[in-house]
Amino acid sequence: MALSTEASSRLAAQLDEHQDKISELWVRQVAATLRGRLSQGELDRQIRELFRALRETLAAGTTQLQGDGGEVRALLTELSRARALQGFTSTETAISIFAVKEAFATATDVFNAESQAMGDYISFGSFIDELGLFTFATYAQAREEVIADQAEQLLELATPVVKLWDGVVAVPLVGTLDSARAQVVMERLLQTLVDTGSPYAIIDITGVPAVDTQVAQHVLKTVVAARLMGAECIISGIRPQIAQTIVALGIEFGDIATKATLADALRHALRRSGNSDLVRRGAARREH
Amino acid sequence: MERVPVLKIGDFLLVSIQVDMEDQIALQLQEDLSARIVETGVHGVIIDITALDIVDSFVGRMLSTIAAISKVLDAETVVVGMRPAVAITLVELGLSLNGIRTALNVERGMELLARAREDELFLDLGDDDSAETDSDGAAVRS
Repeated sequence: MALSTEASSRLAAQLDEHQDKISELWVRQVAATLRGRLSQGELDRQIRELFRALRETLAAGTTQLQGDGGEVRALLTELSRARALQGFTSTETAISIFAVKEAFATATDVFNAESQAMGDYISFGSFIDELGLFTFATYAQAREEVIADQAEQLLELATPVVKLWDGVVAVPLVGTLDSARAQVVMERLLQTLVDTGSPYAIIDITGVPAVDTQVAQHVLKTVVAARLMGAECIISGIRPQIAQTIVALGIEFGDIATKATLADALRHALRRSGNSDLVRRGAARREH
Repeated sequence: MERVPVLKIGDFLLVSIQVDMEDQIALQLQEDLSARIVETGVHGVIIDITALDIVDSFVGRMLSTIAAISKVLDAETVVVGMRPAVAITLVELGLSLNGIRTALNVERGMELLARAREDELFLDLGDDDSAETDSDGAAVRS
């Protein structure tokens, strides 16, 4: 049941008449639901702006949010986004708007002035609002769970650990390496080392678009952790530009083996896992 | 008092730490272990920490001390079975087990010690055996 033009102008007149009282009640009620997580000044400003826009829209005879209700809609968009970013729930956000109904009813004294049925209907309306809010909150929560699940799946998809040879596993890293992903990569790689008993791991960074100090830090941590567990890591897939960046940034890979290609890394791992390790060290000591 | 058993397996001593380490237990372990190394004349000690959920600086220092004692008695120490979570925590805390060899599991640890031992024996005997191992190395490379 949309508002008629006459009704909206009558409402605008009412809003005008009880302006201070309505906005004060409105602010007070919203403040109660937000429990001081938003500063009074900010809340005051938001509500007053919204109130003004609402009054003007009604006065202009606009009864729909689409079309001429542009200013109200813009304000609502801004408010909703801000609340979402500040971590308020959908219910808390929606109550900020619904609260105006009760403020209006209290200020204009509809409860006493009109029939009992009217009062009942208003109470019923707010009860239904609550039900609606609950449905919406549940719906939003379910959606968020789906999104979180998908994000997790994506994370797992993006970080496979593959077995290259007996005792050699590899992680081909593709895409930007942020802290969350680096953590997942590290955990999965180390777990695979334990599960397969592989003493060699190759971290291939061919697919990493850029290496900064942060990415290097993540990779180094993984290598050190693997070393603590008794496995050796080889970093491969270092492109020419990346090699230059690494040197320019002053990143030290220390005694960690770095190779240009995955093939080189695999060859290195195979050579090391064979007896030649022994030969090489023996020869080196003999020379001393 | 709880005690950490020291088992002899082949040419190695195996110490599997299953209880929360405390000062007294650590001291007892150091005594038991050094006595056993001398008694059995082994050249390798494997410390298994698979059962440890937490390795803090105390346990880290204990491991270093054990490694140092064993070294003095001519036995190599290798720590095996560190859990991924433990390794990650150590790295995040910036603790590193300096001077301690590590391996993924007991089997790998035994291989590592055997190889290190062989290596030393080769050195003692001179370079007569190098031909054999060279061919092994070449086989892997090709």
